Amino acid sequence: MSGMRQIAGRLAQLVFVLWAVATILFLMFRLMPGNPLAAYIDPTFTEEQQRILMARFGLDRPLWEQYLIYLANLLRGDLGDSFFYRQPVFDRIMELLPNTLVLTFSSLIIAYGFGIVVGAWLAWARGGLAERIVIPVVLTTRAMPEFWLGMVLLAIFSFWLGWFPAGGTRPPGAEYDSLLALYASRDFLSHLALPVLTLAIYSQGLPLLLMRSNMLEVMREDFVTMARIKGLPRWRVVVLHAARNALLPVATSFAIAVGYQIQGNVVVETVFSWPGLGRELVNAVSASDYPLAQGAFLMIAAVVVVMNLIADLLYGILDPRVSHA
Amino acid sequence: MPEAMDASPGAAAGGLAGRLWRGLRLPLGDPLAVFGLMIYVLFILTAVFADQLATHDPTEILYTPDYDLAADRRPGEDGYILGTTSLGRDIWSQLVYGSRSALLIGLTAAVMVALIGTLVGLVAGYFGGWVDAVLMRLADIAFGIPFLPFVIVLSAFLEPSIWNVVLAMALVLWRDTGRVIRSQVLSLRTRAYVEAARVCGSSDLKIVFRHIAPNILPLSFLYGSIAIGWAILTEASISFLGFGDPDTISWGTMLQDAYASQALSTRAFHWFVPPGLCIILVVVAGFLVSRGYEEILFPKLKE
Repeated sequence: MSGMRQIAGRLAQLVFVLWAVATILFLMFRLMPGNPLAAYIDPTFTEEQQRILMARFGLDRPLWEQYLIYLANLLRGDLGDSFFYRQPVFDRIMELLPNTLVLTFSSLIIAYGFGIVVGAWLAWARGGLAERIVIPVVLTTRAMPEFWLGMVLLAIFSFWLGWFPAGGTRPPGAEYDSLLALYASRDFLSHLALPVLTLAIYSQGLPLLLMRSNMLEVMREDFVTMARIKGLPRWRVVVLHAARNALLPVATSFAIAVGYQIQGNVVVETVFSWPGLGRELVNAVSASDYPLAQGAFLMIAAVVVVMNLIADLLYGILDPRVSHA
Repeated sequence: MPEAMDASPGAAAGGLAGRLWRGLRLPLGDPLAVFGLMIYVLFILTAVFADQLATHDPTEILYTPDYDLAADRRPGEDGYILGTTSLGRDIWSQLVYGSRSALLIGLTAAVMVALIGTLVGLVAGYFGGWVDAVLMRLADIAFGIPFLPFVIVLSAFLEPSIWNVVLAMALVLWRDTGRVIRSQVLSLRTRAYVEAARVCGSSDLKIVFRHIAPNILPLSFLYGSIAIGWAILTEASISFLGFGDPDTISWGTMLQDAYASQALSTRAFHWFVPPGLCIILVVVAGFLVSRGYEEILFPKLKE
């Protein structure tokens, strides 16, 4: 019962945070210097188009009424029309979201696979030479500007060695029947390789360090000592007893990493001209395409907030001690 | 929390300077943290003596004696230490002057984040009740704001300036510091010595700043030293995306310039690798120093 109440409480908090972020965004875009209509109406729109948009967002009404209309439209998924694409912002975002998700998840899965294995191995080989070499290297990868790492990889593997294309998701002119057909194609994978490598190198540090410190902690617990006393081989104790339990917090951190990665994608997508949500935000802000910028920001914020929630809930489910505390 | 830093060299110096030195609680016991501090010192010296270290004006477009553009020089060629950009600017001098903006942004952002986070944590943790509830809901909201996108949207409305990054950090990134310090204060306020001070009639203000704050200072410094790196990384990202101040020389604007000038396809590694390495060094220094503070705070971790 208390579990259900806890989930309800967290859901209420999620709605509250999303509302607050949407409100902050509304105020930022309305209070900006210049024409207050600029948030929705581009000067090059025809008078007819302008009149329709005025009615749709209540732009001739007082600010508080505009705010209520804004919230009501948000609930219906109406984010206005992009100035540049002349199409609903929502549709545009839905076109780009899959590209961003493919990039995010493939890099994080690689990063977590690598980080978990190496982190567990480091705990096993603790105090040795490996530890003294690997940990500073990992700290260095956490300190790199992601876009700079992308630039270096691009210069080496694309421009110098010519192994991978320099940007985008497909060769110029290539058309595919469906998104799935594109994602399954060799071309797409070769375009995906460098951005995924960049993000994976950056992201492996968190699971690696987390796995290592959890392992060290778990290996001190009674049930591990017990297994050792029973005379089980060391690898069995480490893999089957310690690693399984050390994995829990790492799994939770995956959700947080997704939210974090979605924000960081902004720069990596720009370096590799990857048509995703982050690059679109950058382009929209540069081109003063305010509805699109607002929509992309809200979408990114929604992913972050939902992922934080999932992390919290997972933590309670995977480690019941947390919710009883 | 034991006075771990009593043995620090500056502690011997009396007076105000000595008090300030002790107040910083520099983690000098940990060799890695000392290495991090040495990196900081190196960059501070570079920033201070930038005029002497630079060989050229970083924004000056350079010409050969025959009035040709001295562009795309390789390192060492014609006496340019790190070569020149494709517009004929000296890369070494840009790198040296870049340390100034990095230091400026890093330090102000760190002070802002640590200061705001510490105040929020102290007030929320000590007073509790509705003050705590309001401040922690604000922290929830701040955790829901994607930081880099927020800086980008903010720069759409403000004049391009390196201070936008500092402003955005002050508005959003106090959240981590605030939450952690709050929980620390929650446990400190029930300690016997705080109780004793209250019974003796100390005011809330005196208890918070005299008895509780000094004990959480290392925690503030820990988050402050991480914030230095964050600020420099963020400034670099924002400049790279084209929202930085084009008149400021920073490692971020150097990288943006290199990327936009096709330095990748001409394989001008000497142009875009050094600024990246400088950023990494400063950020790693922040990690190392923060680990040092962690060991002061939680001696058990050290093994």
